[in-house]
Amino acid sequence: MKRVYVNEEWCLGCHLCEYNCAFSNSGIKDMVKALKGKKITPRIHVEDDGKIHYAVSCRHCEDPLCIKGCISGALSKDENGVVAIDHDKCVGCLTCMLLCPYGSITTDENETVLKCELCMQNGGIPACVQGCPNRAIVFEEVEE
Amino acid sequence: MKYVIIGNGPAAVSCVDGIRSVDNEGSITILSKEAHPAYFRPLISYYLEGKSKEENIYCRRADFYQKNHVETVLGEAVAIDKENRIVALNSGENIAYDRLCICSGSSPFVPPMKGLETVEKKFTFLTIDDSFALEQAVDKNSRVLIIGAGLIGLKCAEGLRDRAGKVTVCDLAPRVLSSILDDECAMVVQKHLENCGIAFSLANTADHFNGNTAYMKDGSVIDFDVLVLALGVRPNIGLFKDAGGECDRAIIVGNDMKTSIDDIYAAGDCVEQYDISFGNKRIMALLPNANIGGYTAGVNMAGGKALFDNAVPMNSIGFWGLHIMTAGSYANDGSAQMTEIKDESGIKRFFIKDHKLNGFMIIGDVKSAGIFTNLLRNQTDLSDMDFEALIKSPNLLPFGENYRRKTLRGVV
Amino acid sequence: MPINYILPEFEVERNDYRCIRCRVCERQCANGVHSYDPDGDIMLSDETKCVDCQRCVCLCPTHALKIKKNDAALRTNANWKQNTILEIYKQANTGGVLLSSMGNPEPFPVYWDKILINASQVTNPSIDPLREPMETRVFLGKKPHEITRDENGNINTELPPQVELQIPVMFSAMSYGSISYNAHKSLATAAEELGICYNTGEGGLHEDFYQYGKNTIVQVASGRFGVYKDYLEAGAAIEIKMGQGAKPGIGGHLPGTKVGADVSKTRMIPEGSDAISPAPHHDIYSIEDLRQLVFSLKEATDYKKPVIVKVAAVHNIAAIASGIARSGADIIAIDGFRGGTGAAPTRIRDNVGIPIELALAAVDKRLRDEGIRQNVSLVVGGSVRSASDVIKAIALGADACYIATSALLALGCHLCRTCQSGKCNWGIATQDPELVKRLNPETGKERLVNLLTAWKHEIKEMMGLMGINSIEALRGNRLMLRGVGLNEKELEILGISHAGE
Repeated sequence: MKRVYVNEEWCLGCHLCEYNCAFSNSGIKDMVKALKGKKITPRIHVEDDGKIHYAVSCRHCEDPLCIKGCISGALSKDENGVVAIDHDKCVGCLTCMLLCPYGSITTDENETVLKCELCMQNGGIPACVQGCPNRAIVFEEVEE
Repeated sequence: MKYVIIGNGPAAVSCVDGIRSVDNEGSITILSKEAHPAYFRPLISYYLEGKSKEENIYCRRADFYQKNHVETVLGEAVAIDKENRIVALNSGENIAYDRLCICSGSSPFVPPMKGLETVEKKFTFLTIDDSFALEQAVDKNSRVLIIGAGLIGLKCAEGLRDRAGKVTVCDLAPRVLSSILDDECAMVVQKHLENCGIAFSLANTADHFNGNTAYMKDGSVIDFDVLVLALGVRPNIGLFKDAGGECDRAIIVGNDMKTSIDDIYAAGDCVEQYDISFGNKRIMALLPNANIGGYTAGVNMAGGKALFDNAVPMNSIGFWGLHIMTAGSYANDGSAQMTEIKDESGIKRFFIKDHKLNGFMIIGDVKSAGIFTNLLRNQTDLSDMDFEALIKSPNLLPFGENYRRKTLRGVV
Repeated sequence: MPINYILPEFEVERNDYRCIRCRVCERQCANGVHSYDPDGDIMLSDETKCVDCQRCVCLCPTHALKIKKNDAALRTNANWKQNTILEIYKQANTGGVLLSSMGNPEPFPVYWDKILINASQVTNPSIDPLREPMETRVFLGKKPHEITRDENGNINTELPPQVELQIPVMFSAMSYGSISYNAHKSLATAAEELGICYNTGEGGLHEDFYQYGKNTIVQVASGRFGVYKDYLEAGAAIEIKMGQGAKPGIGGHLPGTKVGADVSKTRMIPEGSDAISPAPHHDIYSIEDLRQLVFSLKEATDYKKPVIVKVAAVHNIAAIASGIARSGADIIAIDGFRGGTGAAPTRIRDNVGIPIELALAAVDKRLRDEGIRQNVSLVVGGSVRSASDVIKAIALGADACYIATSALLALGCHLCRTCQSGKCNWGIATQDPELVKRLNPETGKERLVNLLTAWKHEIKEMMGLMGINSIEALRGNRLMLRGVGLNEKELEILGISHAGE
């Protein structure tokens, strides 16, 4: 399956992926309207020590621990292999956050659990990939 | 091949998944006491709270049993004949098995209490039926007394707060969540719950009852309308014990989820298995472990090979915005070294033993806590890692470029 | 603090409605122009540091930024222009030689823009390049004076060594040191894909790039950095650099701060030492001396590599080229005064040398007059900006063109002309690892390939409209050109008629 992969070598630490993610998932057509004055809660985040930067988002693991741990059945793998979240089922216990080895699960200010779903609802090409200025984030198939 | 599973909870349906990952032919029979498809037990408090709708509590889609060719039998298993490989039901029916998996879960523990029989509205809190019953019994004017300030008691309190007039929790232990938190962390949680409207009476419990009045150990009196007994659970092991299987407090299983009896496996809340953080066999009655254990059992039952060899206890719970995550062992016996961060965002405590993370407790800022669970489950050597930096800001930096290339640039 | 006499050249205009405080501008500006004030939740700008590289503008996700020319002005004076005055202030501040980068920005005439191309109508049919084959391939090197035959009457086909190019364009010399590893990699990989050559410049050849040898021209300059046997043998041709259009007559200076481990290894000089290219080659004071170096290099490489001699376009360029054509060199490269550089004294960049168009016309004519045109191929550079510039250069007599500024623009350069600072925000003219990584060579390669693929299409279109189906048939075909707005002397030097004639 196609996943979002990160080329650390090319990451500039510009954090544009975070803003493109937040915008893409806002459901609002204009970026300014969507993000102006708001604290963003993107599903991808950049880790940075000043010299090294890279983005981290859901790995869509082959055998995802988050799904194993989910106490409400909100997390599941769809037919494409995408680890998706059903917000109607999620109760916000954050067991998934306790289990994800990559720190890829986050919450918004209302404690809604957020995770990357590869922009399946937003046109299919992840916004972080589309907006990355240096191809540090790519959407492709990688051999296992 | 005939597979029989006793119980119909998360471990049981994961066991079905495990079996079907190897064997598509064999017949599977699930024996269940509850007339519901497998549901997520922790959701019973969220149901009361209104966060989970009834139709959303089930572990699998409605067609799961049919799709996997699973026959479900409503009834209670009363005996196992290990020689002839037969499970006897209370209905008198006998069911033969080639491989058996016991996922019988646990039952509420209610000690003998004087006058308990005089209490009209009393409940335990372990099944969805308990929730349905409480839903009927509690109204805006109800005063609810919950005995037990453990996970079940507190989640029940959370579920009932907005439905009831008043919720009081008492416990003989001097602190809340005494099995997973230390005094200081427990106090943070208690204060938060008090601010959210829950009353506590700790180091104190009901001595005896008379109708709707509880006479407490310290001489005080609490009037209530609804009583919830959340004093803990006991694994359902009678059946297995009677068949001569090896038990401690629960059914003893290996990493492959096999019991001491040939062709009998067990998983979920009724088992005791090796806990890598404590270094001995323990009950770890937690949903992730039930899922992984059940699946492992299923694979092995069907002739495949699977191991569940990194079990640790772990909990993630939240009450009205305050999150608590714990994992592993944090025994205060001096064998582990503690590192902690305390600030306005909360408390983080890490216990390190032989350069490996052995347990942790986080209250408040639980972001990316899975990075620590991962270190714990994999018993990663921390000697070369900047752990101090990691606990300040949990991320993948201290893991090095190779690890990141493997995990962020490859399939995991 | 002394008075700052220097007005900020640019102004940062931030549309505060659009700005979402993502701080990308702040993170991307190596000059530290932007900063965030959390107390007021506002973005601040220090415009004194802005070089107008447009990095922040291009990365701002909400297009909230504009960099404008600061309109704060000194009193207008046609003689003492604002820039002239500011340069005086700068020198009064520092006592130093003013440094600049890239090509001469002053308003000298651009002859390319005063030359027009002919097209076929009625009596001489044009050719549709989409339907008919068009040859854009050229071979650079010495050509025989006449056809010779062996004892059996067969034509001798053995030629002196040639460089084969699929289009008559090459990337001209830019050293590893003046530009980044990733910029070099982009050029090398693009040259390979395009079937052309790039040029190492005088910085040696990084070990990773030996694999692109057949698309590499290795340069031997006055500092002889990185020159050894394997290096000479690695390339498709060897170029002796006598001069550079942006700074004719002077050497080069790569400051020690830019000589990191990798650059040091590639240049074969100690880490941190200044890399000084002397103004002259200390062993060349005559055409005879040059001939010695040409043949030393040929000897060293078994006469298998064509040797290029690169000179800046200066006053006596025709006579100089005539000498070079007799030195044994296979190719002459001439670099016009608008050619770029990573750093040059401003006065030299802006006042020395001559336009490439005139130099080319003069050289081609002189060599033809002397009957030695086929001794050498001619490659010209120094601001070849488009496919039409290439067509005009070839019609004026060039075999191929060198491009560098155009290539850097394709890589993202915005011609802010501050390469000398080493803080190139586009990851091109820098050795700072954090900045170097901004140029992903995959992207760089693609953009270069795109640029020259587009030029190739345009070149074919223009050949077709002239009724020419082979680039060789255009070379020196000055009848295809007409001048506009040029005086008699200019037309005479260019060897073209005026439009309407």
